[in-house]
Amino acid sequence: MRVGLFVTCLVDLYRPVIGFAAIRLLEQAGCAVAVPEAQTCCGQPGYNSGDKASAQKLARQVIAAFDGFDYVVAPSGSCGGMIKTHYPELLADDPAWALRANALAAKTYELTQFLRDVLNWDAIAARFDGKVTYHDSCSSLRELKVKGQPRALLAKVDGLALAELPNGEPCCGFGGTFCVKFPDISNKMVEDKVANIAATGAATVLAADMGCLLNIAGKLKREGSQVQARHVAEVLAGMTDTPAIGEEG
Amino acid sequence: MQSTSHLFKDNVARALVDPNLQQALVHVRTKFIDKRQDAINALPEFEALRDAARDLKNHVLSRLDQYLVQFEENVARHGGQVHWAQTPAEARQTILEICRRANARTVTKGKTMVGEEIGINDHLAANGIEPIETDLGEYIIQLRGETPSHVIAPAVHLTKAQVEETFRKVHTELDPARNLEEPETLLNEARHRLRGRFIVADVGITGANFLIADSGTTTIVTNEGNGDLTQTLPRIHIVLAGIEKIVPSIKDAGLLLRVLARSATGQEMSAYTTFSTGPRRPGDLDGPDEFHVVLLDNGRSKLLGTEFEEMLRCIRCGACLNHCPIYHAVGGHAYGWVYAGPIGAITTPALIGIENATPLPEASSLCGRCESVCPVRIPIPKMLRHWREEAFERRLTGTCARWALALWAALATRPALYRLATGVGARVLRLLAGRRGRFATLPFASAWTKHRDLPAPQGRTFMAQYRSRK
Ligand code: SF4
Repeated sequence: MRVGLFVTCLVDLYRPVIGFAAIRLLEQAGCAVAVPEAQTCCGQPGYNSGDKASAQKLARQVIAAFDGFDYVVAPSGSCGGMIKTHYPELLADDPAWALRANALAAKTYELTQFLRDVLNWDAIAARFDGKVTYHDSCSSLRELKVKGQPRALLAKVDGLALAELPNGEPCCGFGGTFCVKFPDISNKMVEDKVANIAATGAATVLAADMGCLLNIAGKLKREGSQVQARHVAEVLAGMTDTPAIGEEG
Repeated sequence: MQSTSHLFKDNVARALVDPNLQQALVHVRTKFIDKRQDAINALPEFEALRDAARDLKNHVLSRLDQYLVQFEENVARHGGQVHWAQTPAEARQTILEICRRANARTVTKGKTMVGEEIGINDHLAANGIEPIETDLGEYIIQLRGETPSHVIAPAVHLTKAQVEETFRKVHTELDPARNLEEPETLLNEARHRLRGRFIVADVGITGANFLIADSGTTTIVTNEGNGDLTQTLPRIHIVLAGIEKIVPSIKDAGLLLRVLARSATGQEMSAYTTFSTGPRRPGDLDGPDEFHVVLLDNGRSKLLGTEFEEMLRCIRCGACLNHCPIYHAVGGHAYGWVYAGPIGAITTPALIGIENATPLPEASSLCGRCESVCPVRIPIPKMLRHWREEAFERRLTGTCARWALALWAALATRPALYRLATGVGARVLRLLAGRRGRFATLPFASAWTKHRDLPAPQGRTFMAQYRSRK
């Protein structure tokens, strides 16, 4: 099974270890993984800022780059959701591309969703000692309806205890450009989120979206919290020897 | 109503440091959400009802003209009269004329957001007619000279202490020892005061939750019963509603009532659901002598057939406000016009022009919680994006943002160049951050670092590492 990894721009720039963790997991699950060179970003900055033309260009670029794969997997609910639910909408008026957008949408998945729903795989071989909590990104939770999948996989990690985040549904306040356009509102949201994280007593917060993680880790560190933030793939793949997001080292 | 939607950012800055508002909003974040959830857990077919409600509203919108004409005929058949108003000014004029003909001095009012939309209270007052709000929340904010901050809970921005203070200032005969902390005692106090006003009012104005086409009936729901008194005691009853409130039959109203109450307050039914069909007939024990329905368009019909049509399905339940993190943070007044929260952010640009409300559709993280609770499944995030597209096309978005986007697009559509830029960027940031792993401040990133640290990249980009590993 040939799987194309959509790395996502934030993982590429900020935290390559997540990309390698995703590759390790996919390979453990029996996939042949390739990373097409011609990928950059899924187009959300343009799409969510009203720049439809740029978003369409990016969408075509991604569609072309991932031609020929059986599946496309992204370590992000947000970018996965963009491809899966928004590309068909974005290119609906362009008959030739609309078909290709639909085809790509049908074979694209968020990482944990792919491992569980498509491969029905959970042979995790990793250890992570301690209490963690999990933040569902809005796009995973509401757009892709991903909730049980990461939890089912985390349940297979030795030594890990999951404490559910109280009031887990609200957005963490990232929202792409939203957080810099409306920093004060965004701040209220992330304040609430880190307070709920603290209430769990977990030493680590996990999520499947680098955007949320940058925001949450940034707030935790600003508040002097000891809680560490990591992408769920790092833990599932047993690649936690690098410092957590925003930590010294 | 005068809009300050274009000043959203200033409104937000004020709202965030208003201690009373912030205290009051804590309530919204939990109370409504939990009650709704309980009600829905108790009704397994709720999701199917939402589908049915959406389909019903879509059907109505596809034949709005037919149903409106049918409604008008049936109102007339029962001795009432429909007045069409294209603009707020026309609606105000129509209502004023009816009041003048009746020599009205006081008008009692049930809750009506369309009334806010056309600014009816100020208009009546300016013409020597005293409007008296009879919904408890509306009554409180009228005493304070404020506007509603929530479609179904107009005074939700106030703390109990503020409400008590307002009551004591106005209800001067009150015994200072009397407890006014509980909503019930406040309600009793307001009722006591309002009873006399109901009796002397010449005209009663209410809104409408639904207009039933095949019988010419209007429907309102309340939890205080004030609507009943407003529409049955005065000689003249005026219903003021937007044209999208129409449903084909009473059966359809029943469907929407089921999703409305649960979505709004978590009730199975609101305490009072009142149907009005025409004026009092010979032999009726009560009811008004005249029954008027003023139907306002105000830009609604222009939305039909556009990508914004779906917003006309709204039944004003308020669930999207109750679940919105932006609303939770800043409350309703920051939105600057009649409708607040997610539905306000998409409705306001439609009714007063995107050029006058550009920040509203931008002020969302597109988290989608509004859509996930909307009883008629309005795709609010999609509409927010449509408004952003319109603002972008019309160059209403900030120059800085446009430049940043253009730069991003130029790079992202050229993978080789993008690799170069990100490769350098990641390394430079890593070097600058050193072993700290994050930035407390960084030029050009002050909006981020104002409230949080910025984690530093790990070093080389994924693509660079992947290539050298291969
Ligand atoms: S948009 Fe939906 S959730 Fe919001 S008030 Fe209207 S019907 Fe209710």
